[in-house]
Amino acid sequence: MISAKLPMVAQVVGRVDESPTIFTLRLRLADTPAREAYRFTPGQFNMVYLYGVGEIPLSIVSDPRDPGLLDHTIRAVGRVTQGLSHLRVGDQIGLRGPFGRGWPLREAEGHDVLVITGGLGCAPVVAVINYILMRRERFGRLTIIQGVKHAEELIWRERYAYWNTLPDTHVLLAADHGGPLWPWHVGLVTDVFDEVPITSERTIAMMCGPEPMMHAGIKNLVGRGIAEERIYLSMERSMHCAVAHCGHCQYGASFVCRDGPVFGYPRVKELFRHKGF
Amino acid sequence: MLPSDPQPVLESKPGFLPRERIQDLLDHLERSGYSCVGPTVRDGAIVYQRLPSAADLPVGVSDEQAPGSYRLRATGSPRHFAWANGPQALKPMLFAPRETLWRATRREDGRLTFASEVPAPRPIAFIGSRACDLAALALQDQHFLGGAYPDSCYESRRKGLMIIAVHCSHPAPTCFCASTGDGPRATFGFDIALAELDEGFVAHSGSEKGQIILQAMGLSEASPQHLAQAQTQTERAAAVQVRTLPGRNLRAALFSNLEHPRWQEVAQRCLSCANCTSVCPTCFCHSEAELAQLNGASSEHVREWDSCFARGHSYIHGLTIRPDTRTRYRQWLTHKLGSWHEQYGRSGCVGCGRCISWCPVGIDITEEAGAICSDGR
Repeated sequence: MISAKLPMVAQVVGRVDESPTIFTLRLRLADTPAREAYRFTPGQFNMVYLYGVGEIPLSIVSDPRDPGLLDHTIRAVGRVTQGLSHLRVGDQIGLRGPFGRGWPLREAEGHDVLVITGGLGCAPVVAVINYILMRRERFGRLTIIQGVKHAEELIWRERYAYWNTLPDTHVLLAADHGGPLWPWHVGLVTDVFDEVPITSERTIAMMCGPEPMMHAGIKNLVGRGIAEERIYLSMERSMHCAVAHCGHCQYGASFVCRDGPVFGYPRVKELFRHKGF
Repeated sequence: MLPSDPQPVLESKPGFLPRERIQDLLDHLERSGYSCVGPTVRDGAIVYQRLPSAADLPVGVSDEQAPGSYRLRATGSPRHFAWANGPQALKPMLFAPRETLWRATRREDGRLTFASEVPAPRPIAFIGSRACDLAALALQDQHFLGGAYPDSCYESRRKGLMIIAVHCSHPAPTCFCASTGDGPRATFGFDIALAELDEGFVAHSGSEKGQIILQAMGLSEASPQHLAQAQTQTERAAAVQVRTLPGRNLRAALFSNLEHPRWQEVAQRCLSCANCTSVCPTCFCHSEAELAQLNGASSEHVREWDSCFARGHSYIHGLTIRPDTRTRYRQWLTHKLGSWHEQYGRSGCVGCGRCISWCPVGIDITEEAGAICSDGR
């Protein structure tokens, strides 16, 4: 942790428009010692501050091998994200982090990895996918399942198609509403789970997205013999402070900002079937 | 080590402070550099604020409390502390209801700088704390100071605090500190503790700085009769309490009853107004917001108390995790009496009863916990 409570100055050094409402900002800490000391693991997040508007938690999607550049993929939906969407290269913002616990990538080495995601909340797992593809020899089969409501919501469509051509890598997409030129499954994402060959003792699952979808995913995987402790999920809750003080992100006794956002399923299981926590 | 962790008990004989010398105690504190904060009557309630002199203490005033009700009445008693807690605890002294955490400044070329705003430590003698509030203080210390990132604002204020506790002799019918094990006698976390008798106070120190003050006052030793009276008074203050929680650790009972119909039933009465969380001495939730200057040159990052009863508390882009009162009340109670055990090793309730008195519709935490936890037993 470089700076937990006071933002550091970061500069926008790159910007990519992924879709009309989704964009990626590439950030670089202005202070050299801070930049050199900064380290993160995929699944961790930063608190990104837009001057005069506010702070929000954003997952880091870039590769931890180059912690000098921090990519955040953002959908312009709220006050802060819409403000961030107007930033240009050279603009300065504030950044605190990194916070929380990331994905179990060490434990996943030598295993088949099943990445399940839905809706637009895919940024945390994109970091995992990229991480694995950059270190392909350390992992077994990589399967990526993603569900969206409408086909046009899927960003990085070419990227998914490309991933599907890579050796030992499989992509399964589903849209509730497909439309023309949608070569993937039309229907619920849970429909495609059964298409995935699973060797239960070799597989680690990492999930992120709407909770009902994760719920269905867990049910399917557990039913097919994957141990609950090999299922990980990234939880999303309101966060203001990121240091386990403000209370917004509490999930039972856990502070998602500190004890998560990535949890082993047994840790959240007790409350996961109850709405409202 | 946290400020409220048990300190070695100092071996000194309790002294006796005659009632007419209470101003003398304030003078000694002020001369030692402390500004005194204590109970005074304001707007029909006993609240803690700057105490210019002992004459501002609530002499001859007592309170009548019941679910959804708090009234003061004159008693004609010579006593200064013959009342149960009003709405405030120590909490606002340390965890400010609203404060600036840091400030961002933007130069004309768009460059930003950030600066922390930490209040300078100010020595304050807080007079009149009850055992329940000291237990709550220990919990707030754990929350704000015990983790990897101690809160600088809280820490600065905490360092300057001197506590003169008063053992509770007049619990309200809403009080249940005996049931939570937190009172009525203060056993830790104070610098000086007073037991109020008709003719004065039995005073004993709980820290070196408290001992220095008491020694400087040159008190005579408290007589065995004084000590016995104080003891009887504490025992009576415990015995008269009528409310109890159904156990010290209700975690398992609450979390095995998450779909209990009582949650819906209480939600029909609860206004989701957040009075309970505002008066609760342990509730710590706060929101952070931005206060930008109109000229655009700087912006303050401000935090203020928030409540799990507020709709915005659980909001994430387009989704409110707790959209109804049922889930908010359940969040509050399962946290307060359940999850706190895992987070901080004990319940988050210290039995002060404030949430009962200050609930506009008189919802009683002991009654709700009893209804939900007794199910199936």
